[in-house]
Amino acid sequence: MPKVLIIDDEPLARSIVKEYLQKHPDLELLQECNDGFEGLKAVQDHQPDLIFLDIQMPKISGFEMLELCDPAPHVIFTTAFDEYAIKAFDAHAIDYLLKPFSQERFDKAIAKWKEQSGNRAEKNTDELLETASLSPSQNQRIVVKNGSKIKIIPAADVHYLEAADDYVKIFTQEGYFLKNKTMGHFEKALDPNQFVRSHRSYIVNIQQITRIDPYEKENHIAILRSGAKVPVSRSGYGRLKEVLGI
Amino acid sequence: MPNSPFSINRFRFLFAGCWAVIILTDLYFLHNSYQLSWKAATIDSLISNDLLILLSLLMMNTLRFYLPRGSQYINIVIWGVGLIIGWSFLRRWLLGLLLGGDAFYMNFLESSLLIRSIIGFLLLGCVSLITILWLLFEEQKSSERRKQDAEKLTREAELFKLRQQLQPHFLFNSLNSINALIGSRPDEARKMVQQLSDFLRGTIRKEDKQWVTLREELQYLQLYLDIEKVRFGNRLRTEITVSEQAQEMKIPALLLQPVMENAIKYGLYDTTGETVIKLNAYTEDVNLVVRIENPYDPETSSPKTGTGFGLQSVQRRLALLFARQDLLETAAKDHTFITGIKIPQTLNHA
Repeated sequence: MPKVLIIDDEPLARSIVKEYLQKHPDLELLQECNDGFEGLKAVQDHQPDLIFLDIQMPKISGFEMLELCDPAPHVIFTTAFDEYAIKAFDAHAIDYLLKPFSQERFDKAIAKWKEQSGNRAEKNTDELLETASLSPSQNQRIVVKNGSKIKIIPAADVHYLEAADDYVKIFTQEGYFLKNKTMGHFEKALDPNQFVRSHRSYIVNIQQITRIDPYEKENHIAILRSGAKVPVSRSGYGRLKEVLGI
Repeated sequence: MPNSPFSINRFRFLFAGCWAVIILTDLYFLHNSYQLSWKAATIDSLISNDLLILLSLLMMNTLRFYLPRGSQYINIVIWGVGLIIGWSFLRRWLLGLLLGGDAFYMNFLESSLLIRSIIGFLLLGCVSLITILWLLFEEQKSSERRKQDAEKLTREAELFKLRQQLQPHFLFNSLNSINALIGSRPDEARKMVQQLSDFLRGTIRKEDKQWVTLREELQYLQLYLDIEKVRFGNRLRTEITVSEQAQEMKIPALLLQPVMENAIKYGLYDTTGETVIKLNAYTEDVNLVVRIENPYDPETSSPKTGTGFGLQSVQRRLALLFARQDLLETAAKDHTFITGIKIPQTLNHA
């Protein structure tokens, strides 16, 4: 029997989903979760077939929680209002329920999920998160998994990012964290006035740069406050100059 | 169309007085310097200058309808030259008719034609210049007035809009809670519909009541808090402390709700457990001070958090009402974010 999770920080919002679920005895409600932390743990523990996920939740948003789920479960979003989120949903989500929603609308979403529940969740979720990450509220910080813990890194604390195969290393004062994303993702998601792609494999926080030295033929190297050295390619140097206004 | 200079009494007398002086001076010179008889001098001065007054009035009226800009001044000069040529012919004909028998005068008339035309032109020029300056000044005054009116309107519209701001999030989530309550606890659903209606009615209230007492504002705030408590259940607690003196002090209507909304938003979304929001109001000198505290997590929130949209609109309102930027202050200490608002009580809250 397919297993279902509800993740929402408002008790009444969870209870309405639970109530609507009673019409679907073929689905088993495993657990209700108060926030993204509980949600993530429950997703990892139970590998549910479908989750109902709110976006605005304490500490980490629904999108941030979903980024950390591996593999990503099938999701039906339940949210009140968020233009960026809705843009993302329209393009890539299985379905989304705008609060308040009716039993009929809920049933429709379930039917749609059953129709699609073959295989396409993974890729769609990635694209969805990619679109959602363009919202201004999302680019202030990066959420990573550090062992079994969740770490929230404010964007200002990031020194630089380095590409590492399928991952990106996020360097901070406390060392580096890995995130399963592309450089292109971070280049788009982070504030372009603060983060510059200095090199094919590097994005640097310009607040951290103390100086830029010439290095070999046409290349440069940026020295950060922490002492770290970040390669700067020729085109990267142009981009840096533009943002720094020199 | 701008006012004529004659709309002001003082100017009318000034105009009449100037021309009286000109007529008398002219008369004096004609008699004394040019040895014209009193009769000839009087008729000449009256005819010449009265005609010139008519020309001046004509010119002033022309300018009222056609105030020249830039290169259009040349048109006015041409118009003035035309008028003066007409004037010369007319006065020569009229004076010839009246004083044709006086050979000495006729001789003077012919020989002084050019110089008197030039003097006439200069006088007309003076009148035109003064009129143009007057009209430009009038125009500037009225555009200034228009600008001020427009600014006042925008300011009022902005204040109205700032008061009305409502987060769609809040509305939809409240409706969702009501939807959930209808099935399980219909009485509570009904109560919440009532609270939400009262709250919404408050936000669309017209501007007849810009100022309310803190007591009224807090009653309204309580509606909002009651709704939020239904939404968030036990997670949200509030502690409100108000000194007796502060209760009756004045505050701009609907000022506190966005601050509270901001505090709840960051308090609730920055902690996973129970959140306590504190509101403390007291008086300090002649000011009412309201402090709102919410917990936050310095590890995950950037310091930017505090200047969310809610607080920007409050800042803007205070600036529009008091022309001061220092009435809203925020501070972050340990795990507490504090928003402090000062409301001066010295203004006339009519």
